[in-house]
Amino acid sequence: MSLYGYTIKELENKLKKKEISAAELTEMSLDRIKECEEDVQAFITVDEEGARTQAAKLDELDESERQPLFAIPQAMKDNIVTKGIRTTAGSQILTNFNDPLYDATVVEKLQDAQSVMIGKANLDEFGMGSSTEKSSFHITRNPWNYDYVPGGSSGGSAAAVASGQVMFSLGSDTGGSIRQPAAFCGVVGMKPTYGLVSRYGLISLASSLDHVGPITQTVEDNARVLEVIAGNDSRDSTSANTQVPLYSEGLKEGIKGLKIAVPEEYLGEGVSEEVRESVLNALQMLELLGATWEKISVPHSTYAASAYYIISAAESSTSLARYDGVRFGARAKDAKTVEDMFKQSRSQGFGDEAKLRMMLGTFALSAGNVDTYFKKAQKVRTRIIEEFETIFSQYDLVIGPTTPRHAYKIGEIVDPVTSYANDILTIPSNLAGLPSISVPCGFTDEGLPLGLQIIGKHFDEQTVYQAAYAYEQATNHHKKRPVMGGQ
Amino acid sequence: MTQITKEQVERIADLVHLAVTDEEVAMYQEQLQSVINFANQLSELNTDDVKPTTHVLHEGNVLREDVPKQTITQEEALKNAPDQKDGYFKVPPILE
Repeated sequence: MSLYGYTIKELENKLKKKEISAAELTEMSLDRIKECEEDVQAFITVDEEGARTQAAKLDELDESERQPLFAIPQAMKDNIVTKGIRTTAGSQILTNFNDPLYDATVVEKLQDAQSVMIGKANLDEFGMGSSTEKSSFHITRNPWNYDYVPGGSSGGSAAAVASGQVMFSLGSDTGGSIRQPAAFCGVVGMKPTYGLVSRYGLISLASSLDHVGPITQTVEDNARVLEVIAGNDSRDSTSANTQVPLYSEGLKEGIKGLKIAVPEEYLGEGVSEEVRESVLNALQMLELLGATWEKISVPHSTYAASAYYIISAAESSTSLARYDGVRFGARAKDAKTVEDMFKQSRSQGFGDEAKLRMMLGTFALSAGNVDTYFKKAQKVRTRIIEEFETIFSQYDLVIGPTTPRHAYKIGEIVDPVTSYANDILTIPSNLAGLPSISVPCGFTDEGLPLGLQIIGKHFDEQTVYQAAYAYEQATNHHKKRPVMGGQ
Repeated sequence: MTQITKEQVERIADLVHLAVTDEEVAMYQEQLQSVINFANQLSELNTDDVKPTTHVLHEGNVLREDVPKQTITQEEALKNAPDQKDGYFKVPPILE
């Protein structure tokens, strides 16, 4: 038996019938890591001992005490703080951050739900990247083909699920960092509405754009994890005060009568033929299932990437100012003065991309530039938000591809602007805070997965999940598994 | 067109508290220039009378009673510190 091909609900039944124990499920996850982790390298830290201890405790519990994610093995992106377990954000500046003082709210919630955390997943440094090549520890490989990137920045989280090492993982998404790796790795990734999931304990990259969300094999599993981690949190002042429905119970409502908008820009220039075809096929399927769709235009969204990189760089230059070698994190040795210590610690601790973005952000916020760049970008952001408001007054969902093309080869993209432009389809949802999911919608001729992006109204995760579920159940893409080492 | 100069890169690096070599200055000059050129397309859009976004969802201020409470202990606060002495964070001299 392997973790592949089961849903959380099916494992729950097996656990109930005592066909498997929490300890056995944990061993399955750890065995799988031994089989393929040398190639995939999805993790920065594997907490074997912690996972085994937790599983043993769970096996002692009375059946009546079981919670929704009992014994389910999961991985946490390593920019989500875990008490007493090293949390690095993929950066050398936090390489010795071995003893975080508290658990992120999502970590607490997943613990209360009795899932078993197996380890901390790899990412581009502080989430700055789209390939996980910018982790300061090691690259992660795409389980479908080791020559390709898994996407990023939640590349470790997506690859760990796609290779059957864990049942689900959490990622974070500032400009597409859950959805893009989910698309590249053939799994389901959800970026919920801004504020639905607490960011307390998420190491911030750009606070107005950062989101936490689940990566899973199926839509149903995704809904089950989101309903556990969502909800108001007094420790995050941007947390929304809203009721969280049980998304997993409303999945089968169907999509009859739903009105879908398809931005022509999302299928235009720069989008590969294979991607376009897979999305048009998906739309045909959604039509068969009872929805209707129309092409629309989103002229402002084409400016989303430019606005995004200014805003996110400005915010990250602030977020990363706290790393100074004083209270935690790495400190350069032999500095003569405190000023010199700040500079040396930061220069040695941060990678090139982090440095570039801090400088860009500082430039965009500096006197003389703040109106031309930062404020201008925030005005364009307002325009993009209004554009979506108009669309959602007439339609229930916006659908397009998750990425303009399939995963690229390791080392293929080195130029920052080329990399930034590739995020054009996922960025608008971050700027507008809209719930957006990526579901598998086919494969290239070479066998690399493609993702369909479904975007909904604020706090309407339910309709997004219903459409994703209806589509998934009508297709077989999610049943295909990568052929890889150890199988 | 905004032109990024070497001096500007050096000044920004100083503001960000980064020590940069000559090669790095040249690299960041080129990269910043290309990202800023990319961002310059924003000027094509008319945004007169548009308010800049401050919050994507208007939740309003979140207030609580101003009651002090202990979140972490002094010992915990020092646990991950690179250097400490007598219950304080220790840093190199502030004045040379």
